[in-house]
Amino acid sequence: MKTSNREISSETEKRQRISFGVTLLVVGLLIYLIFGLNTQADALATFGLNLSGSQALEVPDLVVPSLAGVYVMAILAVFAGAYQLARGVRNTGWLIGILAFTFVVAFLLWAVQDKSFSLTGMLSSTVVRATPIVLAALCGVISERSAVINIGIEGIMLMAAQTAVITATVSGNLYVGLFFAILMGGLVAALHAYLVIRFKVDQTVSSVAINIFGAGATAFISSRFMQSAGDMLNNSGTFPIISIPVLSKIPVLGPVLFENNLIVYLTIVLVIAMHILLYYTPWGLRTRAVGEHPKAADTLGINVYLMRYVNVILGGMIAGLGGAYFTIGSVGRFDEAMTAGKGFIGLAAMIFGNWNPIGAYTSSLIFGFADSLQVKLQILRIPIPSEFLLMAPYIVTMIILTGVVGRAIPPAADGQPYEK
Amino acid sequence: MTTTATPAPDAGKKENKSSALSQELLIPVLAVLTGLILGALVILASGENPLRAYGALFAGSFGTPGDLIEGIQSYFATGETRLLLRAIYPFTESLVTATPYIFAGLSVALGFRCGLFNIGAEGQFFIGALCSAFVGYSLSGLPMIIHLPLAILGGALGGAVWGMIPGYLKARFGAHEVVNTIMMNWIAFRLSDWLLSGPMKSSGFRPVTQNVLATAELPRFFPEPLRFNLGFFIALLVAYLVYWFLFKTTLGFEIRSVGANPDAAKYAGMNIIRNFVLVMFLAGGLAGLAGSAQVLGVDHWVGQGFSAGYGFDAIAIALLGKSHPAGVVLAALLFGFLRSGATDMQSIARIPIDIISIIQGVVIVFIAAPDIIRWLYRIRAKKAEDTVLTRGWGK
Amino acid sequence: MTNVLELHGITKRFPGVLANDQICITLREGKILALLGENGAGKSTLMNILYGLYKPDEGKIMVRGKEVDIQGPNDAIAQGIGMVHQHFMLVPVMTVTENVMLGIEPTHNGIFLDKAKVSKRIREISDQYGLEVDPNAYIKDLPVGIQQRVEIIKVLYRHADILILDEPTAVLTPQEVEGLFKIIDTLIKSGKSIIFITHKLKEVLAVADDITVLRLGKVVGSIDPKEASSEILATMMVGRDVNLVVQKEPANPAGAVLVVEDLYVRDERQHMTVQGVSFDVRKGEVLGIAGVQGNGQTELVYALTGLLPTDAGSIQLLGESIRHASPRKILERGVAHIPEDRQRHGLILSFPIHDNMMLCTYYKQPFARGISLQPAPIFSNADELVKQYDVRTPNIYVNAGTLSGGNQQKVIVAREFSRPIELLIASQPTRGLDVGSIEYIHKQIIKKRDEGCGVLVVSSELDEILALSDRIAVMYKGQIMAIVDANTATKEQLGMLMAGVLPSETSNKN
Repeated sequence: MKTSNREISSETEKRQRISFGVTLLVVGLLIYLIFGLNTQADALATFGLNLSGSQALEVPDLVVPSLAGVYVMAILAVFAGAYQLARGVRNTGWLIGILAFTFVVAFLLWAVQDKSFSLTGMLSSTVVRATPIVLAALCGVISERSAVINIGIEGIMLMAAQTAVITATVSGNLYVGLFFAILMGGLVAALHAYLVIRFKVDQTVSSVAINIFGAGATAFISSRFMQSAGDMLNNSGTFPIISIPVLSKIPVLGPVLFENNLIVYLTIVLVIAMHILLYYTPWGLRTRAVGEHPKAADTLGINVYLMRYVNVILGGMIAGLGGAYFTIGSVGRFDEAMTAGKGFIGLAAMIFGNWNPIGAYTSSLIFGFADSLQVKLQILRIPIPSEFLLMAPYIVTMIILTGVVGRAIPPAADGQPYEK
Repeated sequence: MTTTATPAPDAGKKENKSSALSQELLIPVLAVLTGLILGALVILASGENPLRAYGALFAGSFGTPGDLIEGIQSYFATGETRLLLRAIYPFTESLVTATPYIFAGLSVALGFRCGLFNIGAEGQFFIGALCSAFVGYSLSGLPMIIHLPLAILGGALGGAVWGMIPGYLKARFGAHEVVNTIMMNWIAFRLSDWLLSGPMKSSGFRPVTQNVLATAELPRFFPEPLRFNLGFFIALLVAYLVYWFLFKTTLGFEIRSVGANPDAAKYAGMNIIRNFVLVMFLAGGLAGLAGSAQVLGVDHWVGQGFSAGYGFDAIAIALLGKSHPAGVVLAALLFGFLRSGATDMQSIARIPIDIISIIQGVVIVFIAAPDIIRWLYRIRAKKAEDTVLTRGWGK
Repeated sequence: MTNVLELHGITKRFPGVLANDQICITLREGKILALLGENGAGKSTLMNILYGLYKPDEGKIMVRGKEVDIQGPNDAIAQGIGMVHQHFMLVPVMTVTENVMLGIEPTHNGIFLDKAKVSKRIREISDQYGLEVDPNAYIKDLPVGIQQRVEIIKVLYRHADILILDEPTAVLTPQEVEGLFKIIDTLIKSGKSIIFITHKLKEVLAVADDITVLRLGKVVGSIDPKEASSEILATMMVGRDVNLVVQKEPANPAGAVLVVEDLYVRDERQHMTVQGVSFDVRKGEVLGIAGVQGNGQTELVYALTGLLPTDAGSIQLLGESIRHASPRKILERGVAHIPEDRQRHGLILSFPIHDNMMLCTYYKQPFARGISLQPAPIFSNADELVKQYDVRTPNIYVNAGTLSGGNQQKVIVAREFSRPIELLIASQPTRGLDVGSIEYIHKQIIKKRDEGCGVLVVSSELDEILALSDRIAVMYKGQIMAIVDANTATKEQLGMLMAGVLPSETSNKN
């Protein structure tokens, strides 16, 4: 119901404003205390902007005085906090962005003091590591937009990864591996769809069954067949890096975006394609209608079941591509449980991105950033045990799911089986 | 999950009840059977003889009649127990393996009763094990009557706290417990990695804890190498307690109400937040007890990968047991026997134990979609109430 | 005069119920056929068959004299049949254009949606029939009356000339009903034929050219509106003489039980749906809250019963503030709540009846000693209540979900009335019930009033409000427009208030 103009600025709104403002102030203070006090006064942080072996034009390194930088970040956070307390900002997204930005930058400045750190390398690694997360998120988006929950993405990716590497090794052709990985993803998703739509199995239960089965089957095949016949089954090589002419010459952006392998490029293309599909085509309109109000779609002659089948299978194929990334797009061999929870993180990215492809991509990049940060920081040998850094993506996921960083609204019929 | 009707006074109802009960049992039994048949096909496909493999499985779970006879004869002839013990070793090992499954299955089942999907049993298990181990090796000079319960309690508490966190997040923010409990699992693994290679590491190179002191060990009934200990009976006792709690108390009534219809529960004055937190606390505690029982009764130390597989197994067990403590015990025994035998199957017939996961995944599907079993075996359906467990991503 | 639509011998069986039994219906071209019947008579099933959502077990459908086979909505649409559903089939987060074009989307180059084309056509239809709908508005922002017009546009966009209107006035104010009738008039004048499904007798008499009455899945008879009256129609609908008026003594109100002052409540989407409401309910009287559904009544009741938090204002029960009290505290202070959504809030359908009978008091003696439940008192309590309130059930051990709507409501009433109460809040107490159950529930409500309880009845059925209430408060857009004496109130006066129109002379705000 449309609210009239007589809306009271309620206690809850005020409380939210204050809590956000205070949080920002506290973060600013923490930045000063944790990073400011632990940084040498004359330390310089060197951020390398070039990537060796890249086509891009060379650019001098970015050198920043650490302490000064940390102070600037602290002040920025405090200022934002004060502004929020005084005036309040409509779009909380900005505030979260500032919060994350100041904290991360301050952290980097502290961690890199008197050391050198490849910034471009990290950004490039971000895009690459985000890839499986994006694909998992896209799988979730297309499936849930038609109201079918699929938490079995992890299992699908494992099975697809293994399929990719085996078929690629045996045939000697990476594209064969890619094909079969996508096929496997589609098949497993088809099974999920069948169980969930035809038998009305609880969607979470079916997903968990897929995860259990996937983990078990891949481990079984791995120990039974692959460990003894490594060269014949588990040695596929990987897709080579392709430089896009002209664009790859751009400093910083070039190596990050335009010097990647096929799967990464496909991913970016898929994000755009899915966005167009969902919002500008009849197929997308019907999918969204089926996800929001399936009965309405049904009364207009749309086949709800068919829409769901197709969307879930398409999602499975995308997840299959994601699985292929782990093996033929990354290390060229299969290890048990190598997906390491990326399937679930993809779901968190989907939620954070509000169930739309571009949002999912941005959130996945954030996760990819956290992931690659933790790897690079181990190289820097900062005094935090690596295990805690490894925990960071999971903790961030949990924080996001609480919805304090904006409440995302899923498609209205999400998770509910359709009864005619 | 489905609730069984309470017994009715007239005779006609009794008949209905027994046939309903037999239907309730029939589907899970057939599901497991079909799963095993599929497993046999997989074994065949990987080039082994399924009969030989299942023979090894059976021998590994129960022992062989030959060994038993030999053992009895030897005992009556010479008074020596060695052969007899060897004969009952497989059977007791199966019970030992089943013990943590009972606890973990109860953990997931309790969650299901409240509409919560506790996939975090594995992380709660590990944390519980670590806490138990810590209490077990770091407190010296206490008599067993104090030390042992303390160690058990420590494990339960550790798991309980680990479970309570996602429970609170769900209650307060509506954050979906499926993803959160999985995240807690991964966090637990990393945390334990650090603890086992750092603060809790015993001397030596391997990332394991010290052994717990003798006063914190669950008493065993037979000499080495048999490991059958008090933990099994504690598990049965706890199963009964969970049954009493769920079906005979007001708290249990609330929990089941919240699981069946949270809106009506709220209307009736029940506190949903408190119930979610309580259930996840208890469920975490039960999974923690599983870890406890494993450390204090069996291994006496904790190492990496200690909790591997228990979480997912627990889900299969809870589903198979229809979230009822009696069913969970039966299902846990089944899996205990299967897993125990599977290690023999791996060493003798060279079938990786992961085949149990494959069978599990299949069995879960059959339980969740009983129509498949009904179609396969041409059974007529009674009026089924297959509840939807999840309601999407949040409030 | 051609028969544009004929249904012959339509029969449809569901497990345990014969929903339609050899039904024959005739719709004359350019006329309005009213299909009358109470809840559960089979009207919706019949229309779903006509629209292709169900397949009949027997019977045939003839459009303009030719037999047709309708396998799904697409076939019905192809035959020119269009349905305006009672519960709108509109996607709230999409625009009018997107909802209208769903399923038959025109495209550029076969790939991209052509929304402009559809918007243009929507404006044309809107102008032609006086519908005043903005194609780019989001459904969730539109008031209910306009949403209904979007449903009508959907149907006209697909070139329907046989329109089925399923309980179209259920969600409209009397003034909006007038508006709808004007639109129907325009539709008829442009050659459409209409089937009008309803259970409201007065509307039928106002609008219909032909009337067919259904009862328990069968056609009871057809009658000419000129020869019919409310009494005759009611008797046909129910099969016996129906008392349309609730017998009650005049009220004897005493002190206030409930005092609400300046209350503000947000709904689940954080919109302020109750905006500064004040009223009181006295002992021994019934205060009826009238208003079209969606004007804040639901949220008001939830706030009073502790199911929603409040933003501002005060709620006093017998002098004590309950504004921040939990549902349990409110219950214990003597408030009974018959909820609007009985299956969502009132019962746990998968639990046995005896558990539902003690759903609110399970933790108290004698049902529990400490935390231990006592089965014997639980069972005997349920036995007694089932007998006392005549709940039709084989025994108390079956699940509540197996009961019919009326019996489920009786369980709720039995439970709520079995504890001592000072205030009864009944929200849409007879929605979806058959006439027998409606009579029973009304009797029980008046009985409680006569026992000295304060009663608050919220209903979107104006007749029910007029029948039960001693005073009537009208809610519109989250505010109380006026509180009037039920004995002197007229439907027109109430209708104006329900549409947000304050009378020009002084309002009787108590």
